[in-house]
Amino acid sequence: MIEKTLEQLQQSLNQRILILDGAMGTMIQQYDPQEADYRGERFKDWPSDLKGNNDLLTLTQPEMITEIHEAYLDAGADIIETNTFNATTISMADYDMQSLSREINVEAARLAKEACEKYTKYNPSRPRYVAGVLGPTNRTASISPDVNDPGMRNIDFDTLVEAYSESCEALIEGGSDLILIETVFDTLNAKAAAYAVDSTFEKLDVRLPVMISGTITDASGRTLSGQTAEAFYYSLRHIKPLTFGLNCALGPDLLRQYVEEISNVAECYVSAHPNAGLPNEFGGYDLSAEDMAEHIGEWASSGLVNIVGGCCGSTPEHVKAIADVVSAVKPREIPDKPVKMRLSGLEPFVH
Amino acid sequence: MSQARATFINVGERTNVTGSAAFKRLILEGDYEKALEVARQQVENGAQIIDINMDEAMLDSEAAMVKFLNLIASEPDISRVPIMLDSSKWSVIEAGLKCVQGKAIVNSISLKEGEELFIEHAKKIQRYGAATVVMAFDEVGQADTEDRKFEICERSYDILVNKVGFPPEDIIFDPNIFAVATGIEEHNNYAVDFIEATRRIRKELPYASISGGLSNISFSFRGNNPVREAMHSVFLYHAIQAGMNMGIVNAGQLAVYSDIPDELRDAVEDVILNRHDGATDRLLEIAPKYKGDGQAVVKETLEWREQPVNKRIEHALIKGIADYVVEDTEEARLQAKRPLDVIEGPLMDGMNVVGDLFGEGKMFLPQVVKSARVMKKAVAHLEPFIEAEKEEGQTNGKILMATVKGDVHDIGKNIVGVVLQCNNYEIVDLGVMVPAAQILQAATEHNVDIIGLSGLITPSLDEMVHVAKEMQRLDMDLPLLIGGATTSKAHTAVKIEQNYEHPVVYVPNASRAVGVCQQLLSAENKAAYASKLSQEYEKVREQHARKTPRSQPITLEQARANSAAIDWQAYDIPVPKQLGVQSIDVSLAELVSYIDWTPFFLTWSLAGKYPRILDDEVVGEEAKRLFEDANTMLQSLIESQELKAKGVVGIFPANRVDDDIEIYADENRGDVAYVAHHLRQQTLKNKGVNGCLSDFIAPKSSGKVDYVGAFAVTAGIGEDELAKAYEAAHDDYNAIMVKAVADRLAEAFAEYLHEKVRKTIWAYAPDEDLSNDDLIREKYQGIRPAPGYAACPEHTEKQTIWDLLDVEKHTGMTLTESYAMWPGASVSGWYFSHPESRYFAVAQIQQDQLEDYASRKGWSLEEAEKWLAPNLSL
Repeated sequence: MIEKTLEQLQQSLNQRILILDGAMGTMIQQYDPQEADYRGERFKDWPSDLKGNNDLLTLTQPEMITEIHEAYLDAGADIIETNTFNATTISMADYDMQSLSREINVEAARLAKEACEKYTKYNPSRPRYVAGVLGPTNRTASISPDVNDPGMRNIDFDTLVEAYSESCEALIEGGSDLILIETVFDTLNAKAAAYAVDSTFEKLDVRLPVMISGTITDASGRTLSGQTAEAFYYSLRHIKPLTFGLNCALGPDLLRQYVEEISNVAECYVSAHPNAGLPNEFGGYDLSAEDMAEHIGEWASSGLVNIVGGCCGSTPEHVKAIADVVSAVKPREIPDKPVKMRLSGLEPFVH
Repeated sequence: MSQARATFINVGERTNVTGSAAFKRLILEGDYEKALEVARQQVENGAQIIDINMDEAMLDSEAAMVKFLNLIASEPDISRVPIMLDSSKWSVIEAGLKCVQGKAIVNSISLKEGEELFIEHAKKIQRYGAATVVMAFDEVGQADTEDRKFEICERSYDILVNKVGFPPEDIIFDPNIFAVATGIEEHNNYAVDFIEATRRIRKELPYASISGGLSNISFSFRGNNPVREAMHSVFLYHAIQAGMNMGIVNAGQLAVYSDIPDELRDAVEDVILNRHDGATDRLLEIAPKYKGDGQAVVKETLEWREQPVNKRIEHALIKGIADYVVEDTEEARLQAKRPLDVIEGPLMDGMNVVGDLFGEGKMFLPQVVKSARVMKKAVAHLEPFIEAEKEEGQTNGKILMATVKGDVHDIGKNIVGVVLQCNNYEIVDLGVMVPAAQILQAATEHNVDIIGLSGLITPSLDEMVHVAKEMQRLDMDLPLLIGGATTSKAHTAVKIEQNYEHPVVYVPNASRAVGVCQQLLSAENKAAYASKLSQEYEKVREQHARKTPRSQPITLEQARANSAAIDWQAYDIPVPKQLGVQSIDVSLAELVSYIDWTPFFLTWSLAGKYPRILDDEVVGEEAKRLFEDANTMLQSLIESQELKAKGVVGIFPANRVDDDIEIYADENRGDVAYVAHHLRQQTLKNKGVNGCLSDFIAPKSSGKVDYVGAFAVTAGIGEDELAKAYEAAHDDYNAIMVKAVADRLAEAFAEYLHEKVRKTIWAYAPDEDLSNDDLIREKYQGIRPAPGYAACPEHTEKQTIWDLLDVEKHTGMTLTESYAMWPGASVSGWYFSHPESRYFAVAQIQQDQLEDYASRKGWSLEEAEKWLAPNLSL
């Protein structure tokens, strides 16, 4: 079954540019859920505030999440992301909901899987896939939370591995077709996620395709933890990802050069899902679906990408526009890179 | 060659506790800030990867690795390059792998402990996302020949690539670089073995890299850097051609291949390529010629390693070679019935030879201290075994040593301690600034046989008197030794000995200490010696009492009447260019040329003036060696920046009022901010004047505008930590050396700053152009007398300097309750610019000046007596 998925996926990737969905949070905001909606019946007496715990909506408002997934599938998404960006035990601790992490991950994958199966059944020539999302967590393993004590850390590798392993196992159990380690702003967190994913595969004796997507935080061209895009790739290429790419933080105009940097070095497929521009003074995103599609269309015709979608601020409207503009464009070809020792610090070192 | 070098990866090696003593010290002391500096410098100097190693028995290596890596992560200048995690312990490597976001290199894994573990580690490394160094080492041992090297690498490669699925490009083989030209025939082909194995690996095992630690190759030429550098360069030249593409190389230790003189290059090439049997001898023969300073190099082959173990231990002790002593001691221990037999047998035998040679004047103090370092290492190795057998060693006695309360100087004390240890005395060293109560309590607790007190500044004399009185009060009977720069036989006899009914002995220098202790602890001789001592001191007291002053005392009034008659109206007082306080930063490197070396040799009991001492018939050789060690230390301190210098200086509006100097808050001169108090010579001067430093400042009554300067400098920031780290490593020689060098640097700093004051700050001699020699001879205008020394002997005046300049804030230097400066390597003083200003000794003062000074300082007579004791008649 899994082999078949991978085979199909690879076949599709060689034929066309695949479409990833858009923002979950932006869509949830449009429903404007209130504290009581977040709580539902089950958590009406939960001691802490729950408003803002979007991942919990999987349990309390499953219809809302399914509707969003279906909206993106309607818009033409081949791959949809589970609503689990903050569902690790580490992030859930903000709401004292560590113990629900596993359940949320399983359920989120299940909801997404149901939606995909519905659309695949409707059009078997166009199979849809669930990417089980492992988010960055709210802590960083290579950056000190205290400027006066640079050696300090509020999370370590082992704790991250433990949390990611639990999420990963649950995402697989819920029916994920791929694992997406995304919005990586600290590579060490992502290395822990990769370690967890690899160990979990070994434990469950399965091997899902892995997508990795990092975040270049600003115009410096570096991740939050300081790596260049190329160095970031060398840090994670050991798990042999199906796709490697960038998402979030920047709009397509600013992100382009870093997508190109990845595209030049990656020995796998390249993904990109930028924000719909930079946030405006009200925290909203202004880039229209047409403008965003125009940028991404150009990336596609320049041969930079294999999978595209949207991050913060994007909607089914954006995804549809993107899907339309890239539908006839040839996907990027994987370059043949010479065998070399490729190391990295904050910067790449190739010998 | 240049192209070959371009493809060669240079791995920085200085962040390695096993390879860099300086880095190890920093880590052991927890000075991670400076340790980061070492890493930063390496990257700045071109290291493309940095090797980090924390394998040290005294360290929690995992914690140190994690901490250092976390800190590096916050330093983009360092963490931009990949990291090589270097440890012989897998747990340390794994802890490191969990801290690096980049793709690192593990150094290393091997088949040493079998295939299973090798595979397990390789899998983990792959999962963590790192490359790895693989040593040519298997279950049988380390590969030495070409075939063994290749076979092990081939087998490792096969397992990694085919069984584990490890990417071949992430494998770096280290086929072991061993020393050549050791004098042992089997070693002659080691370089060829490495080079040829490299060639085969690169050909047969695609994409794998080759690395190695270069400095091993030239190990037998330690001390001759030009030859070592030539060997490194020649070796690399051939190894790179064979395919070596990575190495742990100190770029500073690499000669340019084509710059090597033909004769040397040929000889080195013969050795590296093992071209004929006489190659080693030939290189040894010509090597001295190429030693940088033209000195004859000591032929250091490893032939002595072939001797029986006792002989090797003796050799190591006499030559002060610590490199093999642990393994030799272990060998001796395995042969001995009890571990203690090793100490009482070969080690003590060796030390006896050292003691005899020292006694005969054939060895000198610095050598003895080096021997002690070897001894300590050996004993440290044996201690756990001895403890396990609950045996008590037989020592000649237990001696407590301390620098007394208020004093921070300990070089002399440490030297005495080492010399006594060499003679099999056990030393309980309480360190510096030790209060009397603590000394006496420790003496009881440790059940010591003798107490030794040390001090450098004059107030310490009083503290020693206090300790003696306390010993009497507590009814103790231990002999008391007195030593240190300001102590004297007269002071001991007159002030201390009378206060304690048991033996009190003044020890003028380290070499006397052993004899004194032997006598005091000898059951037969003790009584006779004690009575001889008390007679001797009685005689000194009588002489002292009878002593008529060489010059006749006069009244303070008379003395003032005979003060320096400076014609202030005719003198144009130079106005300082820069008034007010400024802090001074200077690198140690800038200070080196200002060093006056003569006192340095005195510290080590080698008498003679620098540079003549280097050619002295008796001590010349040792002086040269000592001087070389000092310069090595100096260089390493400069490079590592572990020792820092800081200073502060200020020039202020001032005028004299009687014997005091009023220092004004500003040029309006209305507000007296501070008053500096000075003492006047009070003996009859037939020629010349009765000096007082205040005389060099224009009196307020003259209406002339004058100035006085003040300074405080230290070159001792970090000296205590460095010395402690050396001590912790059983290396007293360098512990003493670092302080002795810091002392010289502090004095050099004072000289440097004085020049700056004359030329630019006060700028009364902007065009002065003097050589270092002339500087040392003080052939310039103006003086810089230091409180506590002859011209202004009263120590509490340092407080005025501290307040005036806010010394602590600017430099971190502090004053103890006895007004000793901390760190020990510090100098402070006043600046006088008048051309007639000169140094003199206040010497003895009389009751009238004592009273006058007390009232000027606002002291009781008792307080004044305490602080002026050295200047009052005993």
